[in-house]
Amino acid sequence: MLNQYGYPSPEQVKSKFPSLEILVKPKAIVECYEKIPCNPCSTSCPFKAITIGEDINNTPVVDFDKCTGCGICVYSCPGLAITVCEVLEDKVRFKIPYEFLPIPKQGELWHAVNRKGEVIGEAYIEKVTLTPRQDKTQLVQVLVDKELLYEFVTIRSQDYE
Amino acid sequence: MILNRDLVIIGAGPSGLCAAKMAAEAGQKVLLIDRNPQLGGQLIKQTHMFFGSEKQYAKTRGFDIAKKLIDDVKKYPDLVEIWDNSTVVGLYSDKVLTVLTGETYRKVQAKAIIVATGASEKVLAFENNDLPGIYGAGAVQTLMNVYGVKPGEKIVMVGSGNIGLIVSYQLMQAGVKVLAVIEAAKVIGGYKVHASKLRRLGVDIITSCTIKKAIGKDKVEKIVTVRLNEKWEEIPGTEKEYEVDAVCIAVGLSPLTNLLAMIGCELKYVGELGGLVPVLSKDYETTIEGVYACGDASGIEEASSAMVEGYITGLVAAKKLGKVHPQYDELMVDLRKQLDILRSGPFGEKIRKGLAKLEGVKEVC
Amino acid sequence: MMRIKEHPILDFSKERKIISFTFNGQEVYGYEGDTIASALSALGVKEFSVSIKHKRPRGFYCAIGNCSSCHMIVDGVPNVKTCITLLKEGMKVETQTNKGELYDLK
Repeated sequence: MLNQYGYPSPEQVKSKFPSLEILVKPKAIVECYEKIPCNPCSTSCPFKAITIGEDINNTPVVDFDKCTGCGICVYSCPGLAITVCEVLEDKVRFKIPYEFLPIPKQGELWHAVNRKGEVIGEAYIEKVTLTPRQDKTQLVQVLVDKELLYEFVTIRSQDYE
Repeated sequence: MILNRDLVIIGAGPSGLCAAKMAAEAGQKVLLIDRNPQLGGQLIKQTHMFFGSEKQYAKTRGFDIAKKLIDDVKKYPDLVEIWDNSTVVGLYSDKVLTVLTGETYRKVQAKAIIVATGASEKVLAFENNDLPGIYGAGAVQTLMNVYGVKPGEKIVMVGSGNIGLIVSYQLMQAGVKVLAVIEAAKVIGGYKVHASKLRRLGVDIITSCTIKKAIGKDKVEKIVTVRLNEKWEEIPGTEKEYEVDAVCIAVGLSPLTNLLAMIGCELKYVGELGGLVPVLSKDYETTIEGVYACGDASGIEEASSAMVEGYITGLVAAKKLGKVHPQYDELMVDLRKQLDILRSGPFGEKIRKGLAKLEGVKEVC
Repeated sequence: MMRIKEHPILDFSKERKIISFTFNGQEVYGYEGDTIASALSALGVKEFSVSIKHKRPRGFYCAIGNCSSCHMIVDGVPNVKTCITLLKEGMKVETQTNKGELYDLK
C-alpha cells in the first residue's frame, strides 16, 4: 500500500503509536517506514529519545520513557514524517509540521485530514509557533476528536478548493 | 594567448564547490568555472530540507547548503578564482580548455582538471511531447524557486522518483494545483515520506500509468494518460484525459559527459548510473591522467554523495599537484566511510550495482 | 501574471528594478535578476522558438542551458540560450525560426 499509493496501511500507522496509557503525556509518533540514509530526528533530540545508530539507513526507534513530546523532531525531519500526540479526556492534541500559506492562526477551525488527503472532521488551532530555529516549518498545535487518533495527520484550510 | 592555471574545476554545483573548498584548504590554487549567473548548481532551487547525516548538511534547506558551500569557497579569495557566466566550450587531451564568457573567448592550459558538470533531465517520448508548457521537472523548480514564476495553474507530474515527488510538493507550496503524479512502474520510485506528504494534500499518485499524448495548438491544453500492464504495454480503454496548462517530466537524469567525451577518456554505458559515465579509478581519475570527474557527471546519485565525492576529488587532485592536505589520511577514511553509509541502504542498491558494473566486478550479494 | 508574490519558504517580497525590453517588437518588462526566459514566462509567453523543418512551436524544457529548446535571437544574435542569459535593459528579443544566420560582430 505504501509503495503503490504512498500512504501507510492502518496496521503500519498503529505500529508507530505507543499504548494509550503512555499517550497521556505527549509523545513523538515517527512515521518513518522505509530505510533511507537520514538521521536528523535522532541528532536533533535533546533527550536522546530517538535512536538510529551508525548506519543512518536504520529506521528510527523511539524510547517513550525519554520522549517529552517537545516537538523538536517534528520540524527537524526532512520528510515531515513526525507528529507529537497527547490523549486528553475527549480530545487528542497533536503537534504537526506545516509549510503552506495561509498560516493557521490560534482559535481558527480548520479541516482535519487523514493520510489519504480526505477531510475527516474538524481541527481546532490551539497554538502556532515559528522560531528561527524551525527554519520556516511552522509547528501547529491542534485539537481533534478522540476517535480520529489513528486517522488524523494534517490540517487543511476551510477555504481550499 | 593562453592562460596557465594549475587546477581547473568545471562546474560549481555541490560537487565542484566541495572539490574547490578541499583543494583550497590544502593550499592549492583553483580556477572554478560555471556557466550560470549564480554558483550552487541545482542546490539553489531546492527549498526542501536535505536528508543524509549532519556531515552532509541534513535538515538544511538546499539553497542554504548552496550558500554555505559558496561561503566556504569564498574564504580563500587568494586561492580560488571564480569565472561565472562562463561556458567551457572545448576540453582537449593536452588539458587545454576553451572558455566563452559573453563575447570573450579564453584558452586555459591546466595541469589538472576536475569535471563536475552534473546532469541533465531525460526526455520522454510521446505524441506532441514538444509542445510549449511541457517542462522538465527541474525546469519548473528553477522557474518557481529561483525566479518566482509559476509555470501554470494545473499540472500533471510524470514520474514518481524523488525529483517528481519533491517538485510536486513545491508546486503545491507555490499555489499550483498538481492534479496527479503518474508513474509507469508498479511502485513509487522515490522516498515514501515524500509520497505521503503529497497524499495528505489530496494529490493522486497513480502507478502503472504513463502519458500517452499531449494535446494543444500552440501550447499544451490537455494530456491523455493510459494504464500499463505487467509487460509495460498500454491497456486499451484505460485512457484518461486531464485538462492542464503545464506538464512536468521527471523521468530521471543523465550525466553530462560531453566534455569528457571530447577529451577522449573512456566512457561506459551503465543504465543504473544514468547512462554514459566515465571509467574512473577509486580516486575519481578518468583514463586520462590528471583529469578527474565527480558528482552526477560520474553517475547519478544524491546531492549528499556529490558533496562527499567532491571533497575526495579535491583532496586527490591537490595532492597530485603537490599540495597535500594536513589531514589527508583521516579525511579520506572518513569521507569514504560516509559514502559507504549513504550507499548501504535499499536505495543505494542501484548505485552499488552500477558501480560494480563499471568496475567489471560481478555484484556479490 | 504568473509571478509568485507570497511563498511559505521563499521571500519574493523584495522590490526589484524593472527592466524594459522588446519581444517581437512589443515593449514588455521584467525584473532585475530575471533571465530572458523567466521574464517571458512570467508574461505568459509559452512559445519561444519554432522548429526548423515543421515549424512546430517550442517552449523551454530544461531551464539550465542543456536542451536548446529556448534559443531566441537577442539583439540580432541567434541561438542565445535565453534560460541562462540574464535580462538586460533595452534587449531586443525575437522568436527564432531557423538555424540562426551569421551576423557581424561589430
